[in-house]
Amino acid sequence: MHLHKFEKIWLIFGIGSLLVFLTVLGVSAFYLGNQPPSCLATIDPEKVDTQAPFNEPGLKKVEGKEWEYELVFVASAFNYTPGEVQIPKGAKVKVIATTKDVIHGFEVAGTNVNMMLEPGYISELVYTFNKTGEFLVLCNEYCGVGHHMMTSKIEVVE
Amino acid sequence: MLNQLANTKVDRRDGKLAMAHFYVAFIALAIGGLAGLLQVLVRSGKLELPAGIGYYQILTVHGVILGLVLTTFFIIGFMVSSVSKTAGTFTTRQRTLGWIGFWFKTIGTAMAAVMILLNEATVLFTFYAPLQAHFLFYLGLTLVIVGTWFDSAAIYMKYGQWKKANPGQPSPLLTFMTVITLIMWDVATLGVATTVLFQLLPWSLGIVDTVNVGVSRALFWYFGHPLVYFWLMPAYMAWYVVIPKVIGGKMFSDSLARMSFILLLLFSIPVGFHHQLLEPGIDPAWKFLQVVLTFLVVIPSLMTAFSLFATFESYGRSKGAKGLFGWFKKLPWGDARFTVPFIGMLAFIPGGAGGLVNASHQMNQVVHNTIWVTGHFHLTVATAVLLTFFGVAYWLIPHLTGRTFTKKMNKLALIQGITWAIGMTFMSGAMHAAGLLGAPRRSSFSDYGGAAQAAEWVPYQIAQAVGGTILFLSIILMLYIFVNLAFFAPKGDQEFPVGEVADQAEKTPMVFDNWKLWIGITACLILFAYTLPLIDLIQNAPPGAKGFKFW
Repeated sequence: MHLHKFEKIWLIFGIGSLLVFLTVLGVSAFYLGNQPPSCLATIDPEKVDTQAPFNEPGLKKVEGKEWEYELVFVASAFNYTPGEVQIPKGAKVKVIATTKDVIHGFEVAGTNVNMMLEPGYISELVYTFNKTGEFLVLCNEYCGVGHHMMTSKIEVVE
Repeated sequence: MLNQLANTKVDRRDGKLAMAHFYVAFIALAIGGLAGLLQVLVRSGKLELPAGIGYYQILTVHGVILGLVLTTFFIIGFMVSSVSKTAGTFTTRQRTLGWIGFWFKTIGTAMAAVMILLNEATVLFTFYAPLQAHFLFYLGLTLVIVGTWFDSAAIYMKYGQWKKANPGQPSPLLTFMTVITLIMWDVATLGVATTVLFQLLPWSLGIVDTVNVGVSRALFWYFGHPLVYFWLMPAYMAWYVVIPKVIGGKMFSDSLARMSFILLLLFSIPVGFHHQLLEPGIDPAWKFLQVVLTFLVVIPSLMTAFSLFATFESYGRSKGAKGLFGWFKKLPWGDARFTVPFIGMLAFIPGGAGGLVNASHQMNQVVHNTIWVTGHFHLTVATAVLLTFFGVAYWLIPHLTGRTFTKKMNKLALIQGITWAIGMTFMSGAMHAAGLLGAPRRSSFSDYGGAAQAAEWVPYQIAQAVGGTILFLSIILMLYIFVNLAFFAPKGDQEFPVGEVADQAEKTPMVFDNWKLWIGITACLILFAYTLPLIDLIQNAPPGAKGFKFW
């Protein structure tokens, strides 16, 4: 099959850019460790309240780990527990969350904290809160009639 | 090319089948468009829905009726016409299959619609378990899918008949493109049919108590991404084959058009995980593999862009255009059959660029489930694809009804395209901007407990309402033109434009019609991308999820 000379140039340039782009994504993912939240741990969605760490939602300081705090959230229609939490500025926090009923989203507006919560699965993500202020936590996956009322608040303090 | 079966006009009996599809499609446009208008008004914070109608009920109507019904019916109508025109009149048996398909789809749509109106299925068009709709909603959607399988069967039979009558000849391009799009569709719908028939239906009927959410979502998105290519590829058919003829030029290359459709078949299915990047239960290495496969559709997209602009430039230069961009002025801007789809092509540039962001392994986290995504697919499907479909309707509807597209209608059609572009610039632009600030998609108006961040989104939501209102006016204009072309326009002959290849282009190789090869590679890629992660989702599944009705 014959390709026009200009089309060859166009495709070589296009495919070249594509390869550079995919290499950047790949190096970021596998060398720098910037992977999307993909926790493989599971839980019985009906026993969430009685199992660690979800029996004690909220912020907890931890020792000897790559992160300094663990922030546990339990989602259910249509609220998050805790409904409000304070985090010291600069803290490296592992957010651990799950849902007791349907699928919910977990988004902290104004940050890159964003993940899906699915019944039976635990979702995790590590984030460093470097800016002070109030951050809105909201559900960004449709979960029912009260979906847009489902919020919490993270306050990053000095 | 010797083609004994091609018609100058689509046979009247085939035309009736196609028109039946277009009636449903444009009724869907009216209902879905109204739902869209109500949504943007509610979300601006200035309107509350009367009579206890829920925002999410309207949103379900909008998604199902436009994303599934309008698109599918328009596409099948366009395909039936294209195949009848280029490969010859359907036999009675083939046409009967087509009518069975039509009635399956229509009855299925009615069932789903009734359940949505009764508020038994407010689960949005993605119906994610464990939100549990009435079983008739799932059954209705199944019938729609099964209907398209009948349509495919009719078209495959017609294609086989043509091949037998024309041994050693490459199939007519529009027929080839239709067949490849339907193969992609049939392979993709196996996923959604599996989750509906084996998981959601038994579960909504109470035969089983729980559902495996991870498997259901993987199967849905195995279908969900090819669904968007099912919308796009018929638009590409019009761009590659119809538009060159409309402007009076030639197609750039028959072989390259076929090549790009083959690549779209290969790389549109094993990619569903890029919709699930932020989900638990799937290893990130598998997500990354599917991200890479997703990005390979960049190649046929670049080929398409090159072909189209090469056609435009060659035509302009043949009309004596000078300088680097002189050809641009020579294009027939006064012809809505060209200009309206051209606006769609332009929208596909930012639409495609936004898609690269969405599918990126890491950047997805910034925009996932924000209203940025809604802004994105209103550029791709709701502008690039839809304006192309409107551009097709302008000549295809009168062609089928034995009428003409008058100068007056052409003028209205140009206004329709331009108002769409203006409305969408406001709406989609504001959606992209608000999404970057964190505003979620699929959410009714909320001040989120008086949060300062949510207050920042309100001006953008008002801009969306302005844009959405302009779009609704454009829809009314389109419906007026449709009714005119179907029932009132003067009788006459409206051309079905089918492009011819430029003289210097070479003969099309026969390898493109080698379906065993292409379906084989497609199957291998799917098995490679999906087998292990699916086994993982089944073997390491958590306890199943019970159904909930939270609306």
